[in-house]
Amino acid sequence: MDDNQRSSAGVELYDPENNSIQPSSSTMPSSPARRRFLQTAGISGLAVAAAPALSQVSYAGSPDQPATQTDAPPAEGKRRITLTVNGKRHQLDVTPNVILLDALRHGLKLTGTKKGCDHGQCGACTILVNGTAINSCLSLAVTHDGEEITTVEGLEKNGQQHPIQQAFLKHDAYQCGYCTAGQMMSAVAILQDESIGKSDADVREAMSGNICRCGAYKNIVAAIQSARGSMQGGNA
Amino acid sequence: MRHFDYARADSAQQAVAAHGSERDVSFLAGGTTLLDLVKLDIMQPQKIVDINGVALDEIERLDDGRLRIGAMVTNTALARNQRVVDDYAVLSQALLAGASTQLRNKATTGGNIMQRVRCPYFRDGVSDCNKREPGSGCAAIGGVNRTVHAVLGTSDSCIASHPSDMCVAMAAIGATVEVQGPDGTREIDFGDFHLLPGDTPAREHALEPGELITHVVLEAPLEGSRSGYLKLRDRQSYQFALASSAVIVQMDGSTIREARVAMGGVGAKPWRAPEVEAALKGKPASEKLFADAAKLAFENAIAYAHNGYKIPLGQQAIVRNLSDLTAA
Repeated sequence: MDDNQRSSAGVELYDPENNSIQPSSSTMPSSPARRRFLQTAGISGLAVAAAPALSQVSYAGSPDQPATQTDAPPAEGKRRITLTVNGKRHQLDVTPNVILLDALRHGLKLTGTKKGCDHGQCGACTILVNGTAINSCLSLAVTHDGEEITTVEGLEKNGQQHPIQQAFLKHDAYQCGYCTAGQMMSAVAILQDESIGKSDADVREAMSGNICRCGAYKNIVAAIQSARGSMQGGNA
Repeated sequence: MRHFDYARADSAQQAVAAHGSERDVSFLAGGTTLLDLVKLDIMQPQKIVDINGVALDEIERLDDGRLRIGAMVTNTALARNQRVVDDYAVLSQALLAGASTQLRNKATTGGNIMQRVRCPYFRDGVSDCNKREPGSGCAAIGGVNRTVHAVLGTSDSCIASHPSDMCVAMAAIGATVEVQGPDGTREIDFGDFHLLPGDTPAREHALEPGELITHVVLEAPLEGSRSGYLKLRDRQSYQFALASSAVIVQMDGSTIREARVAMGGVGAKPWRAPEVEAALKGKPASEKLFADAAKLAFENAIAYAHNGYKIPLGQQAIVRNLSDLTAA
């Protein structure tokens, strides 16, 4: 794919009335020179700004009716994937270079999952895929076709906060809150994992992939340990 | 992130065919190294062949007592496998000492073997680096080289240390890497898989273009042996080794019948130390024996401006590991 082809693609939304895919008004024009600069500048802050221009993710189904299916083929260079996110099925059309984190944030507008370092070093983007915690920043969306994803938005059930959310509130397990979604997703995963020990030291070790620059670690460990009791019923 | 073509393979044969032995094609397993480096534009694949659909996730004991591990077995699954925990404690410990929970959940056995160095001059995309830009020089030699730079097996072209913990355990255990290529399958001894930098640091392993790792086969465990992985680092978790040791000992009373020793953090590749093993074999265990043997591993060590401490630290990693394993 050459630069001209790349710049002609944009963010697109499926129009259920016409059963067609329309360019979204948010399509960003992008000159090759600007794009080359962004491609070669390996800085995560720039990557955030560059995401709509460099990687395209769009709804195949209507945003208002996420279960809507379309038979219209995906645009050239894109692949159609189905993700079940927090129990809802979504069809998305993505270029192969769309990162799962960006598909969730930009495609599905689920911005609870945060982009921190964008290199698997901070854990802010932690989500569950088929029940397993991973860094969503180091995964291609296209490799998750058909998989079940849980983000922080999926913790609450029937208007009731998840025990880990209640515990984080009760123990003041955050300051700025930026890492909190990732902390809670890792916490839910390790509390459900019988191979991980139950001591404070075990929890700290298992949680070491989630960095909190405010340093709320002590309260985070306290919150996780207090949620352990409330989760015995397997509420996740 | 740059664009690339994408193909998904359902079998090793399909993956190799999709790769086509072309330059600038990468296999995608867990992606924890590849996608990190593609984002940094250090790796620039034109095409990615996704092997997540290839069924290489079995761990099976072979009739001869060896353990055959599929390349797509995750680091977490391998570390928690009961046979690994029972027969190869050193491997389970090494895996759990590496990276974070989330990364281990994604990272695979084959991918761990293929992970790239953590040298900041390699990763920054602009410094002189013979690995990234052959012929440009090595900024690490005259630069900051305290943490992820080796004292064993380096050259004037490259001094990066190999980052893997898992590979250090596999080097000590002894293993064979099974690969599939366009012309069929072949086996590579684990000790021959990673290459020393020499004059060609861009060439890091023995794979030919288009070859895919399908399995790692561990040697049968030494009967009645004990093993352990000791990792020394700046931070107690989620940090690369400054020095580490993988040790397997088989005792006969208080005498060492057999020992296998490998080191991480100090070598340009996962570093087996046969001279240490030979010095231990048949001798009664003692701190003095351990210290004398450990010294042999570093006879040819070269210290750079900031990493000379790794020579005593590496020896201590061996001594303490041996002491713990041979304690009554």
